[in-house]
Amino acid sequence: MDYLYHILIISLIYSIFAQSLNLELGFTGLYNFGHIAFFGIGAYTSALLSLNGVPIPLAVIGAITLAGVAGALLAIPTLRLSGDYFGIATLVFAEMIHLVFLNERDITRGPMGLPNIPRPEWIGSGISSLPPFLIVTFAAAAVTFILLRRITNSPYGRSLKVIREDEFVAQALGKNTSLIKTKAIVTGSAFAGLAGVIWAHYITYISPSDFTLQETILVLLCVVLGGKGTHFGPVVGAFVIIFFAEFIRFIPIPSEYIRFVAPLQGMVYGFILVIMMLKRPQGLIPESRKFTTTNA
Amino acid sequence: MLKIENVSKSFGALTAVNDVSFRLGDTGISGLIGPNGSGKTTLFHLITGFYKLDTGNIHFLGQRINGLPPHIISRKGIVRTFQQTRVLPFLSSLDNLIAAAPDQLGENLLPLFFQPSKVALQETRNSEKAESVLETLGLLKLKDSPAGDLSYGQQKLLEIGRVLMAEPKLIILDEPTAGINPTLIRHLVTILKSLRDQSIKIFLIEHNMPLVAELCEKIFVMDSGSLIFSGTPNEVQNNSRVIEAYLGRTADAANT
Ligand SMILES: Nc1ncnc2c1ncn2[C@@H]1O[C@H](COP(=O)(O)OP(=O)(O)OP(=O)(O)O)[C@@H](O)[C@H]1O
Ligand SMILES: [Mg+2]
Repeated sequence: MDYLYHILIISLIYSIFAQSLNLELGFTGLYNFGHIAFFGIGAYTSALLSLNGVPIPLAVIGAITLAGVAGALLAIPTLRLSGDYFGIATLVFAEMIHLVFLNERDITRGPMGLPNIPRPEWIGSGISSLPPFLIVTFAAAAVTFILLRRITNSPYGRSLKVIREDEFVAQALGKNTSLIKTKAIVTGSAFAGLAGVIWAHYITYISPSDFTLQETILVLLCVVLGGKGTHFGPVVGAFVIIFFAEFIRFIPIPSEYIRFVAPLQGMVYGFILVIMMLKRPQGLIPESRKFTTTNA
Repeated sequence: MLKIENVSKSFGALTAVNDVSFRLGDTGISGLIGPNGSGKTTLFHLITGFYKLDTGNIHFLGQRINGLPPHIISRKGIVRTFQQTRVLPFLSSLDNLIAAAPDQLGENLLPLFFQPSKVALQETRNSEKAESVLETLGLLKLKDSPAGDLSYGQQKLLEIGRVLMAEPKLIILDEPTAGINPTLIRHLVTILKSLRDQSIKIFLIEHNMPLVAELCEKIFVMDSGSLIFSGTPNEVQNNSRVIEAYLGRTADAANT
């Protein structure tokens, strides 16, 4: 039961992370290969602030804000680049952030990471904290879902899809495409930051090796497998992928082979990603061709 | 309405538009013709801000517009179609049109949360307007189909519909009838004439000469990047330089 709580919490965190990427990748067509950077910025900022005595709610707000600002810093210079170069720039950005975590030892303690990240008193620690933590994570995922749905089921969401389909047409129709894309990246980055914040306070120990390309591939897989440009797709994708990843752990593997498991897992994910893109690019939940704007 | 002064544009050694100057009047349909590769599309890209000019100036309604980004020029009232038809393939026909409505409050994030009823009202109006445009185009029954599923001719019509939604002052069309069947061409001609009668200015590139003669009051002729002639359809058809430009090109093609 406790183990199930754990998997649910991780799945929900990834569902937030995947939804935030979906805003950029699925709706706007921006191939952001460095999304883990914003998850990491959220995690490190909230951890560092709360370890230094800042009340957790303030640390959380600060972390989300900084992730959003970092998104703007990435977006403004790189959005002028064409699609492929944007992808490469995001990859480089994530690597730079990784190096900051690794090398700014005075602040981040480098490869040793940050242990004992505090949690709110009322959640506490240990097994008994799992149900309340699950509730908080669920609430955060639900808020993310509702806010992102409101943002995308709207004329703004339609303008994202116009840009995705044809940026020149968007401009010919008077859309300020760089501003619209910047807003999408800032919003996406802020929600990725939220996912990172929850993760940091859940795991209570973070280190630079948690924020690598492997995690970016994992979250890309959640979005692509679940269904780009849909609301439920990334959520479903996150649950399928996380449950699958946890399931693998129960396969009895002789100890002499255990060292092959992690790289093999990465290869399997990469493989599934390629297969999905080739064979079922629309994912498990295909995007509806009919656009709806909810006004509720 | 539109004043083009000494406009040039080169791509490397090739001068695609060479010191072109002319004015467009406030009303009616004007045409731009010329052999393939004479620089017509390039000139349209320059007017709409998709290419930057090397030299010269472009004024629209008394304001200089060269140097402005395409979306600003569009908001000032110059809305275009593309020579290679560009619909938004995965969006429905209806959404293709609604997307073109100007000044949508709901394209900003904050009003989505703080003025949702205003956003919804505007959305309803835009959607009604889009349906009436689809009706005019004869595409209403396809409103929920992805635009990519429409026939080529229907996509061309949809592109015109998108321009109409944008409430333009000057419509710029790059070969609107290329590759579409005669029935659709007649349909398009009716639409263009009715726009002209609502005193919306139209400037179009067209290779179909009888059609140009039928629609346009004034025709500009380009050859090898230069404006070689302008006048009424009659004057153009009888001008020796124009005939030479077309025939010369045909002779060249025959020799190679
Ligand atoms: N982006 C570009 N880079 C390089 N050369 C270009 C570019 N755009 C156009 N050209 C060249 O400029 C010249 C004019 O092209 P343009 O497309 O304006 O001709 P056009 O009059 O529209 O021809 P058509 O009737 O075939 O559409 C051509 O020689 C073309 O190859
Ligand atoms: Mg052309």
